[in-house]
Amino acid sequence: MSVQIEDSEVDIVIAALHPNLTPFLEAWRPFFSRFHIIVVKDPELDSDLQIAPGFDLKIYTKSDIEAVAKSSSINFSGHSCRYFGYLVSRKKYVISIDQDSLPAKDPSGLVTDAVAQHITNLATPATPFFFNTLYDPFRSGADFVRGYPFSMRCGVPCVLSCGLWLNVADYDALTQSVKPNERNTRYVDAVMTVPVGAMMPASGINIAFDRLALGPALLPGVHFTGEGKRRWETLEDIWSGLCAKVVSDHLGFGVKTGLPYVHREGDGTKPHGSLNKESEKVKLLDDALPFFQSVKISRNATSAVDCVAELSGMVREKLGAVSPVFASAANAMDEWVNLWKSVGAQAE
Amino acid sequence: MATSGSVPTTPLLKDELDIVIPTIRNLDFLEMWRPFFQPYHLIIVQDGDPTRTIHVPEGFDYELYNRNDINRILGPKASCISFKDSACRCFGYMVSKKKYIYTIDDDCFVAKDPSGKQINALEQHIKNLLCPSTPFFFNTLYDPYREGADFVRGYPFSLREGAKTAISHGLWMNIPDYDAPTQMVKPLERNTRYVDAVMTIPKGTLFPMCGMNLAFDRELIGPAMYFGLMGDGQPIGRYDDMWAGWCMKVICDHLGLGVKTGLPYIWHSKASNPFVNLKKEYKGIFWQEEIIPFFQASTLSKEHDTVQKCYNELAKQVKENLGKLDPYFVKLADAMVTWIEAWDELNPTASASTATAATNGPAKK
Repeated sequence: MSVQIEDSEVDIVIAALHPNLTPFLEAWRPFFSRFHIIVVKDPELDSDLQIAPGFDLKIYTKSDIEAVAKSSSINFSGHSCRYFGYLVSRKKYVISIDQDSLPAKDPSGLVTDAVAQHITNLATPATPFFFNTLYDPFRSGADFVRGYPFSMRCGVPCVLSCGLWLNVADYDALTQSVKPNERNTRYVDAVMTVPVGAMMPASGINIAFDRLALGPALLPGVHFTGEGKRRWETLEDIWSGLCAKVVSDHLGFGVKTGLPYVHREGDGTKPHGSLNKESEKVKLLDDALPFFQSVKISRNATSAVDCVAELSGMVREKLGAVSPVFASAANAMDEWVNLWKSVGAQAE
Repeated sequence: MATSGSVPTTPLLKDELDIVIPTIRNLDFLEMWRPFFQPYHLIIVQDGDPTRTIHVPEGFDYELYNRNDINRILGPKASCISFKDSACRCFGYMVSKKKYIYTIDDDCFVAKDPSGKQINALEQHIKNLLCPSTPFFFNTLYDPYREGADFVRGYPFSLREGAKTAISHGLWMNIPDYDAPTQMVKPLERNTRYVDAVMTIPKGTLFPMCGMNLAFDRELIGPAMYFGLMGDGQPIGRYDDMWAGWCMKVICDHLGLGVKTGLPYIWHSKASNPFVNLKKEYKGIFWQEEIIPFFQASTLSKEHDTVQKCYNELAKQVKENLGKLDPYFVKLADAMVTWIEAWDELNPTASASTATAATNGPAKK
């Protein structure tokens, strides 16, 4: 059930939060150059972008966002600008990497191709219904282990590939304050499927997905007032990932985690200034947890956009009163569904 | 939040852990494990011909049980212990008086990590068991309690204390644990990939538990670790550990206990004969398709608040739901009940154990 993914089916979406994209693009050139790239400029960024030449690249700016989504209350600033790129992409697959992340090296010193690994992850089946103890059975040198039911060995399409980060790991502000010098040096040579029903934090730093199958579920729902550009200040990807996992589980698709790694520089700033805002964020996920643990999407919802439409109503109903953040998320999800239906649907 | 600071040394737990080894031939493999195993007490369960003498290398502290011993100790209840199958190892779990068990096959040797250093598998298992698990939310950096790792952004803070770890499931370099059809299709495949991770298998997810390199907290989950009826006189083999794993996971999920998999690796040296394996596994391959949905749908209620109560309830469900698949499951369900009776007889002080009551107290005598 593996599929063949052509280069022409892939968009690489980059959120430009800082003006100079050249070092990033140059580092990724060997791996990006074959693909079409969408750069979405953070609408709050004033300076012009510096972009290395020689890429097949399209830039979207504040005026493009306003032209398409001006009446929407969705906040596309900061890290959330990438969702605009997901919306306007016309490809089947999207790969998105944060601007502070570069190609990583494996333990032998070889620079790894994160793009190729994400494509492999999406092209080979996922196995969400039973855990394989040798991880991805479709990797060369591995297989299903004794005791794995044969009827489940075809797997299901993988629609989301969540990669990881060496060097500066994706920790929240509190953890980073306690461990400011910790660096992730452990290269775990595995890809695995996150089982159906299991929830996970799907960091947006290094991610790829099947836009046709899951696109609408990667959504800009949560944006905090005064949220800055630092990853620890956001939860947009975490909220999006929880929704995407619920939708993927419902539609019978799979989500993988593990390889590829990127080498994340971070921006060197310390989170101490953000800690006063942390207490509200800290509570939010705990408040949302019972909802995501028990949410059931109806059988009528057979596409990602239908699922998100249903989810937004349930978020409003069950979480709207818990925090205004959730009430806004429900509104944003409704608007996202409308945008997706009018602008986002087609692929080449 | 996971602990930071200097790396703590792992306690040996030499008075709190038994190593259970099933064998039919000899225990020469213990020589390689001597630096790691010698401090511990071994429980050797001798399968097959009880008149054969099993040679144990000098210097190990052990007790050995053959079939005559099993019959003598359990009387009629000995019928629940398999004969001519390594499933008999679970007798060792029952007679142990320790808090922790490590079980290993006699064709498993010390593996090396990518730096060439010998892996102390037992030490890693102890680390795994002493640290919490995280079954309620998947941490993408795997075990957050490992040195150099932590919970990632987005992991709910209310879940960061984790759950008690009941099982540590290790893996194998060299000969992977494949079923017979896969072995036949890929006779030369060897596992050469060292995956440097320990992770918790999420609540609600089943997995194939291999008994080759396995450790568990006997006080938390021991009664669920029955390896079923296999081997002589039985229609199936090579599903002993699988059966225990499925029962165990349903119970752990119900009681809020964690199951870890990943490190440590051992070096699995022998590939068993795939044709022999196919004969043993044949029925299991078909039955599995019914067994898995059964376990996935199995529910336990609040009144099932001890491992024994959970297990007896599961036995009832096995009889009701799988009995129609084959009469073997009726026999197996009865054997499951017999196992619990035998366990409680041999472990009277633990007969009312609950998951919450178990502590890291001194070892029982």
